[in-house]
Amino acid sequence: MCLAIPGKIVEINSDKGHATVDYGDGTKRKVNITLVEVKIGDYVLVHAGFAIQVLDEKEAQETLDLFREMLSSEEEA
Amino acid sequence: MFSLRDKKLAQDIVTQIKKKDVQLKFMHVCGTHQDTLVKHGLDALFNDCGIEIIQGPGCPVCVTTPREIEEMLLLARKGNIVTTFGDMIQVPGEHDSLQNIKAEGSDVRTVYGIEDAVQIAEDNEDKDVVFMSVGFETTTPMAAAAILNSPPSNFSILSCHRVVPPALQAIIEMGELKLNGIIEPGHVSTIIGSKPYEFISEKYGIPQVIAGFEPIDLLMGVWMLVQQVEKNKPKVENEYQRAVKEEGNVKAQKVVEEVFESCDVKWRGFPIIPESGLRLRKKFEEYDARKKYESNLEILKSKDFPEPKGCRCGEVLRGLITSKECPLFGKKCRPDSPVGPCMVSIEGSCNIEYRYLTS
Repeated sequence: MCLAIPGKIVEINSDKGHATVDYGDGTKRKVNITLVEVKIGDYVLVHAGFAIQVLDEKEAQETLDLFREMLSSEEEA
Repeated sequence: MFSLRDKKLAQDIVTQIKKKDVQLKFMHVCGTHQDTLVKHGLDALFNDCGIEIIQGPGCPVCVTTPREIEEMLLLARKGNIVTTFGDMIQVPGEHDSLQNIKAEGSDVRTVYGIEDAVQIAEDNEDKDVVFMSVGFETTTPMAAAAILNSPPSNFSILSCHRVVPPALQAIIEMGELKLNGIIEPGHVSTIIGSKPYEFISEKYGIPQVIAGFEPIDLLMGVWMLVQQVEKNKPKVENEYQRAVKEEGNVKAQKVVEEVFESCDVKWRGFPIIPESGLRLRKKFEEYDARKKYESNLEILKSKDFPEPKGCRCGEVLRGLITSKECPLFGKKCRPDSPVGPCMVSIEGSCNIEYRYLTS
């Protein structure tokens, strides 16, 4: 139930409350965006028809880099 | 996405955990975590490392009580259109499920979210529409936003919303199992952030890590917990930084705060847990199905609704037994003929175990 799926904002509707989200597999759906601040091109997590958070791709890459760094320092210890 | 299924990184993490030579028990409270653990064989991998990971009450459909299901059945039998998520309609009540009475002619409709239910109310002005509003912190903002959007007067919700941190505290206070760490649910945390968990580390000395749902997320989350245990410095750490901010989604929190207030509720398998439920504030009581249909629901107040005979979902939800330890598992209780909710919901540990074991 707390499943949330990442997708990309490709269009913001004129009502500003909804956007079209592309899930990358050909699926596009109308999503409520009133709980987040988004612009076209942002990746969001969508849960039950609502975008609940904007995903930070840079943060994701940095987290992975940090994981690798933490592991290598552990191996050296 | 990204490199969160990187095999080499996964192997490196497992090697490091193994080196620690530990015997630990961690709990998570999210069906999606359980799905990742079982689907990718991580649960067995962790067992080899001396780490047992159990699913606690992390499935909103599963912890919804028999009484709440009876309330919804009654409202459907009274001729209302009742709407809810797909899993919920299959959960057996005392004699029936919503799915059964739909087959007998009641108007029960599965929806993707609350906005679909509001649309049904707009399209059926001559009928009352009730939405069984189930879910943890991830889902509650949607209900709150829909209520603030002034739905039509023929629409109401039966709030079955619950919040996670008080349930974690209840599990610890009940003292039935000794936990060395908790993996906190990533998507609940996108809304509430990390602060609401802090009291657990401070008061009970239990390490916590908020984790995402890819295999690397869980491997890393467990490794971070192991390190906290080793250093004996319990705190809340955030592995899922790409989606979870320390403060959470403040906009969503404000919407929930405006519409709902906390209340004491029972969870399936648990006694009443203080301040673990959410009900509509008085200002919005015209949308509160329990107020709107108070006289109809009165008849249920004096009744007890026990768990289904032989069902051990309560113990599964408290992390005391695994799904396979229930004598009904895979025999009398299967996804096509569920006895308890943990076999119905795709987030229930019995359903997940059955699906991947038999596939």
